[in-house]
Amino acid sequence: MAIVAIENLCKVYQLGSLELFALRDLDLSIEQGEYVAIMGPSGSGKSTLLNVLGCLDRPTNGTYQLGGEDVSKLDDDELSKIRGSRIGFVFQSYNLIAQLNVIENIEVPMFYKGFSEHDSAERAKELAAMVGLGDRIKHRPSELSGGEQQRVAIARALANKPLIILADEPTGNLDSESGSEIMNILGDLHKRGTTLIVVTHDDHVATRTKRSVHLLDGRIERQEYNHKR
Amino acid sequence: MHRLRSALTTLGIIFGVCSVIAMLAIGEGASQEAQEAIARLGSTNLLIETVEPPEERADTGETQRMRSFGLTYKDAESIRNTLPDVEVVVPIREIDQEARYLRRKVAIKIVGTVPWYTEVSPIHVVHGRFLSSIDLHQQQSVCVVDEQLVSGLFGFEDPVGKDVRIQGNCYRVVGVAGAPPVGGKENDFDSAISAATGSDGGAAGSIYLPLSTSKSRFTELTASFSGGSQTIQRVQLQKITVKVKSTEHVLPMRDMLDTLLGHLHKDKKDYRIVVPLELLRQAKRTKLIFSIVLGSIATISLLVGGIGIMNIMLATVSERTREIGIRRALGAKKRDIIVQFLSETLLLTLVGGILGIVLGSLIPFLVTHFGHMRTVITGSSLVLAFGISAAVGITFGLYPAYRAANMDPIESLRHE
Repeated sequence: MAIVAIENLCKVYQLGSLELFALRDLDLSIEQGEYVAIMGPSGSGKSTLLNVLGCLDRPTNGTYQLGGEDVSKLDDDELSKIRGSRIGFVFQSYNLIAQLNVIENIEVPMFYKGFSEHDSAERAKELAAMVGLGDRIKHRPSELSGGEQQRVAIARALANKPLIILADEPTGNLDSESGSEIMNILGDLHKRGTTLIVVTHDDHVATRTKRSVHLLDGRIERQEYNHKR
Repeated sequence: MHRLRSALTTLGIIFGVCSVIAMLAIGEGASQEAQEAIARLGSTNLLIETVEPPEERADTGETQRMRSFGLTYKDAESIRNTLPDVEVVVPIREIDQEARYLRRKVAIKIVGTVPWYTEVSPIHVVHGRFLSSIDLHQQQSVCVVDEQLVSGLFGFEDPVGKDVRIQGNCYRVVGVAGAPPVGGKENDFDSAISAATGSDGGAAGSIYLPLSTSKSRFTELTASFSGGSQTIQRVQLQKITVKVKSTEHVLPMRDMLDTLLGHLHKDKKDYRIVVPLELLRQAKRTKLIFSIVLGSIATISLLVGGIGIMNIMLATVSERTREIGIRRALGAKKRDIIVQFLSETLLLTLVGGILGIVLGSLIPFLVTHFGHMRTVITGSSLVLAFGISAAVGITFGLYPAYRAANMDPIESLRHE
């Protein structure tokens, strides 16, 4: 079953009398458990597609089905719920909340979903251990390296058992060693059946995925399948 | 949140709440003191007092003049005989004199009056008895001494039964009178009201004589010097106090007295009527205005504090734009963001409110201790202050919280 089913997707920005097509008649289908890279030069619509996939933005036209449900016409509250329960974000600049420590950061999505304090603390500890930070749970982001922060971000993204993980240049701010570590963690997630969508311009990152979707001027220019792994 | 910034922000609320409580407490205390002082004069009493009338066109060049003015025995009788709803009429004559006992002497004020003086005055007998009708009828040479004169004149001796000498005549002491006013010690207001109205409500340093005795023993003439010439004044009674049956009768009685005395004195302005009940009502009105003014000032300072908070919260929201975007991406609804920021603001104002209440309770205490003024911290002022600080928090926190919630998550994530 396609976990992501996009048909005729259009995103148009109105700038006065000018119409800007960020995405144009896009069709995309992603199966459960797939590991997909979305690539393209700047201005190709990568960010826009990411925002639509992440339910941060609504398409102007077309449909977006996530997990079998049409999410393209939901209101703000409903989209917030979808983001909190079905989507896990991993950002280029980690986007951890500086005033909270590791375990509190991981708990944030669970707090908005209504988990009890006890349950969320339990699960947060598990996830922290899973990404190798079990002994650093009381540290603040400022006390962690970039790689460690990104690991917290991944743990956080997994908190509510999302349908898809959306990563935007996950290794963009990391050195090659930390970057490698992160890609390994993502690879492990993929092996365990998590659906991963990574937006990147880095070929090294793209080669770790199974499929690359290349965008140009708001359309899918080509798709490549990677059978090396 | 930055601790220093939070502390400075709450300063406005602390000051506002503190001033609401302190000012209302001071105002309430002053008002209570004033009302008690007035009440001591008697809310069913009307005090008629002799006043020196303005200078009439008199012959110039005269070095000696005699002026006869003021309340008379005839006035008191007329009031008693003709006006309805009168409980008692108490004529009072006051003479400044010197009293001697053995080798001691003390300046006193003679109060020549009738036995029912105790019904219109807060004084009461602490030892012995007050003047009696027999004393009055037979012009007995007896007196009742004020409590406060006892130690100065008699030392540790019991004054009752002893003779006091005034102007060569002896008067047997039959009682000691004291004036513990209802509901507390004499306060600043008693002296102010005494000065303003000329009434003493039982002043210290008095020796009470039967009115008939004082009339026969002491002249009605007093001499005074003014502007280089000597004036002789002739006054029969310094005061008449009229007590009516109930407070409803007070104002009608005042009008009747005005008419009667105007007629008897042929419109000569040598008396005035003081109505404590009216003073009481005026005091209450004044207090109300005072409270409103003070309360308004304090509320304005709270509003200013609130605007300061809104300012800070807007800045805080702006600084945390990214964080808001992150939270929204992680599943926070708009209302979650509003609740988050509103509760931060509310926490600031409530903490400020509590600190303000503590400080606001401290100031009246200091004022009472060092300023010797009564202050009353009312429960309603605490509730009011707390309620206002909560309201300020919600009102001025709502807009920044609303702004935070309505930020576009994508824009917010790009911020900074």
